[in-house]
Amino acid sequence: MTDLTSFSAAELAGLVARGESSAVEVTQAHLDRISAVDDRVHAFLHVDTEGALDAARDVDSRRAAGEPLGPLAGVPVAVKDVLTTKGVPTTAGSKILADWRPPYDSTIVRRLRAAGTVMLGKTNMDEFAMGSSTEYSAFGPTHNPWDLSRIPGGSGGGSSAALAAYETPLSIGSDTGGSIRQPGAVTGTVGVKPTYGGTSRYGLVAFSSSLDTPGPCARTVLDAALLHEVIGGHDPLDSTSIPAPVPDVVAAARLGASGDLTGVRLGVVREFAGEGAEPGVLAAFHAAVETLTKLGAEVVEVSCPHFQYALPAYYLIAPSECSSNLARFDGVRFGLRVGDDGIRSLEEVMSATREAGFGPEVKRRVMLGTYALSSGYYDAYYGQAQKVRTLISRDFTTAFEQVDALISPTTPFVAFPVGARTADPYQMYLADLFTIPSNLYGGPGISVPCGLADGLPVGLQVMAPTMADDRMYRVAAALESVVGPFTPPAL
Amino acid sequence: MTTTLPAYDEVVARYEPVIGLETHVELGTNTKMFCGCPTDFGGAPNTRVCPVCLGLPGSLPVANRAAVEATIRIGLALNCSIAEWCRFARKNYYYPDMPKNYQISQYDEPLCVDGYLDVEVDGEPVRISIERVHMEEDTGKTLHVGGATGRIHGATESLVDYNRAGIPLVEIVTKPIPGAGAMAPEVARAYVTELRDVLRSLGVSDVRMEEGSLRCDVNTSLNLPGEQWGTRTETKNVNSLRSVERAVRSEMIRQASVLEGGGRITQETRHFHEDTGDTTSGRSKETATDYRYFPEPDLVPVAPDPTWVAELKAALPELPRLHRRRLQQEWGLSDLDMQSILNAGAVELIEATIAAGATPTAARKWWLGELSRRANEAGVELADIGATPEQVAELQGLVDAGKLTDKLARTVLEHVVAGEGSPAKIMADRNLEVVSDTGALTAAVDEAIAANPAIADKVRGGKVAAAGALVGAVMKTTRGQADAKTVRELILERLGVQG
Amino acid sequence: MAAISREEVAHLARLSRLAVTEEELDTLAGQLDVILQAVAQVGEVTAADIPPTSHSVPLTNVLRDDVVASCLTPEEALSGAPDAAEQRFRVPRILDEDVAS
Repeated sequence: MTDLTSFSAAELAGLVARGESSAVEVTQAHLDRISAVDDRVHAFLHVDTEGALDAARDVDSRRAAGEPLGPLAGVPVAVKDVLTTKGVPTTAGSKILADWRPPYDSTIVRRLRAAGTVMLGKTNMDEFAMGSSTEYSAFGPTHNPWDLSRIPGGSGGGSSAALAAYETPLSIGSDTGGSIRQPGAVTGTVGVKPTYGGTSRYGLVAFSSSLDTPGPCARTVLDAALLHEVIGGHDPLDSTSIPAPVPDVVAAARLGASGDLTGVRLGVVREFAGEGAEPGVLAAFHAAVETLTKLGAEVVEVSCPHFQYALPAYYLIAPSECSSNLARFDGVRFGLRVGDDGIRSLEEVMSATREAGFGPEVKRRVMLGTYALSSGYYDAYYGQAQKVRTLISRDFTTAFEQVDALISPTTPFVAFPVGARTADPYQMYLADLFTIPSNLYGGPGISVPCGLADGLPVGLQVMAPTMADDRMYRVAAALESVVGPFTPPAL
Repeated sequence: MTTTLPAYDEVVARYEPVIGLETHVELGTNTKMFCGCPTDFGGAPNTRVCPVCLGLPGSLPVANRAAVEATIRIGLALNCSIAEWCRFARKNYYYPDMPKNYQISQYDEPLCVDGYLDVEVDGEPVRISIERVHMEEDTGKTLHVGGATGRIHGATESLVDYNRAGIPLVEIVTKPIPGAGAMAPEVARAYVTELRDVLRSLGVSDVRMEEGSLRCDVNTSLNLPGEQWGTRTETKNVNSLRSVERAVRSEMIRQASVLEGGGRITQETRHFHEDTGDTTSGRSKETATDYRYFPEPDLVPVAPDPTWVAELKAALPELPRLHRRRLQQEWGLSDLDMQSILNAGAVELIEATIAAGATPTAARKWWLGELSRRANEAGVELADIGATPEQVAELQGLVDAGKLTDKLARTVLEHVVAGEGSPAKIMADRNLEVVSDTGALTAAVDEAIAANPAIADKVRGGKVAAAGALVGAVMKTTRGQADAKTVRELILERLGVQG
Repeated sequence: MAAISREEVAHLARLSRLAVTEEELDTLAGQLDVILQAVAQVGEVTAADIPPTSHSVPLTNVLRDDVVASCLTPEEALSGAPDAAEQRFRVPRILDEDVAS
């Protein structure tokens, strides 16, 4: 029998449903794979072996009892360590939460459990999801399975690397400025940022509340859609959750897989052309555009004049919100406490705790945000950034009057070597150049592998209007049906 | 440091005060502002908390509809405009009783703005302008350990209970109130009193200042006539109506003393001390944190639909001032009479007694007479005296039916106040009913005549006034339970004299 | 010209409750200066009449019914506490000037 880790989630669900394999066998195969490769990849911060096998046994016994099972029952899933899991460590990649076991489950994890998926464990990430390489994890970097000397993207490098290393068929990420799509692109996997409000943030350790969007990661577009369907939809515990059903992303992925895009109009953003993407990335992107045209899509150029200000606006809005969201990490109610010697005051202990518990990137952003919100600077920085955000949304609206979806390379560059960009924080920020606009607008985006450059994966991004997540699935699935597969070298 | 403080008369002769009041009201909703934890007062520490009100990572707020409606109703009762669209904001500062280290509040977009509240001071109407009414969340409670007095100063550590964290608060802010002169302390008190009555009539809060469900901060400044308003101080920890008045007065005197000594007033927070009636310096505003307000991204805007607001407005109860005016008319009282009822805190009691069947005159008589006297003697509020309006109405009913004399009724009332039950029950248990059995009375009368032949002869001889002694004798044998008028008629009848 | 001074960075660290070291202060001042100069580009956009976007979903009045939901047990509530006593969260002494409203 073929190694169970090589199957897609859809295939595994079928094997379990038909009784050709048990959930326990599927789970054990992935746990074995993690044991075999994760000391080199370091995709996981915590593997919940017992919890996973318990959940798998539960699925098997429910199947034996003839109970109806969901479409992903018995399929393993890895969860970015930014989502709370009751009784299971949740660190957000930070020393300040190193020993925290939350007393509650996030909505997404609750839905994953209810659907009978098997949670393998928690994946590595840049601390508090701030970063583009997973090098800012307090627990050491994750390595790209395509080339272990390179980064897997970030902040959700663990979730994407675990897919590329066949440690899990599905994983969950969170995307504030590209943290699902960008790692997806550089690991040759699929990453989806749903419409903001289409997936619940309840239990997602907040980085930037108005931008954070949890979403599915997978090796195929259909798998991502199946996972999207399980985790998406209205949640009364999240005030910003959209009270409407998730668009039928599974049907759209199946439709796209037929390879016909007749009647679909796609827009290439003119302003992205001059943004300095690597030649190899541009070549792969142009080849993909040609492919999409052959599939029947009409590709035109559109202008989004304010996209050039997306990165600066993002690096004001996200740090501002994070400076407030991270204030609660003070060593009073949970997590690390440093310097409580019976002499120092609370203020000193708080400051020592935060100094010791936060890494350099988090400190930079907290201070940057504190600055941007200060009286006297608010209007010029935070206030102005929010106005630019309005203009970027208007650019999207105008563009979507002309085309059904926008396409671009997901990232300007392929996976870079570990350590290449840590010395200059702003160089790291450029990794999210093409993904940030949809976060500011709130619309969905997907990254799907479209080719290789120097033997490393390149992703194509499809951006759609808010609550039209199905459109991007169709385009991505169509491309997927004719390019690839992109399989990393054996580990 | 001992300084001689100027007399209040001198202060107001020289300076003009400007006051302002910020009042926090804990709403009496079932659940907290942003989560489903209950809001009941008290409870073992940290038993009414959840991930949201503990500010655990990942948790998110969802606003309480009842709290939003209560805030709109307060705004409407205070004649405010209701915003068509407004947002919550985060107020960022570090303090351990605030779980997220930011408070969800409202900043430049309050739910209600530009209203007023009419109050009466010494019978004169005063209109207090309201600047804003907004929503926010309460903090937890900190217990300071190791210090001498349980105060923060000198404590070696503190213990935090988050049961109160997240309880809905409404902040009501007046515009500055100039021109009150010497009456500024009374104006402040009258405003808080009237505000409390309005909030109580709306049923949005139990408005108990002692328990902290109504909390008041008082802003005070002084200026010379014709000059700009002075630097203001904000006095916190003012926990009773009496303290509101005292806090303004003492702060006016203190500021005048500083100014007289050539000093200047520092813009600062001051703490009021109930025991001494003084204020002491707290945090200086000059070193205060920059709160870095910004729109709360976790909560979407509140945009009250005009229909919704209109429905809430239509359902407002009659507000206390109008209610009182209507009652005065219905009861046919003079301003002075009404004032004495207000001063006694008897409006609602009399109203309820009338509703239970008594006449306005009788209800007023019992509450302002016998019961007020007893309340004064016992040193309790009239409402806490132990007699209910229903019992008072029942008592009056027994008098009207001739079953009790006035004197007997007072005796019965004494036992009602002592908690022995309803007037009818007490009357029966203690055998206090008026003797109306003519047979028994006639026997008592005949007995009295036989025992006092000389007096009986005088009456027979035409000296009717002498019958009083016989009446007294009968009343004595019946232990006061006979009706004196009936007894007198019976005596005259037995002696064959026309009354 | 530098967008931000070393002193301002020290002030931001205090506001953010970060006990940064002297060396860190130098590094941070340099990095924040580069970032601030870059993000200040938003000022190039003419946006005087443009309304700011604070929320990307066009929702209003998302309100919860006033119905009691289950709480954590005190054990769960205190499970992550670095220090606790008498069923409360224990913290070191609070400086007087920290007293807030």
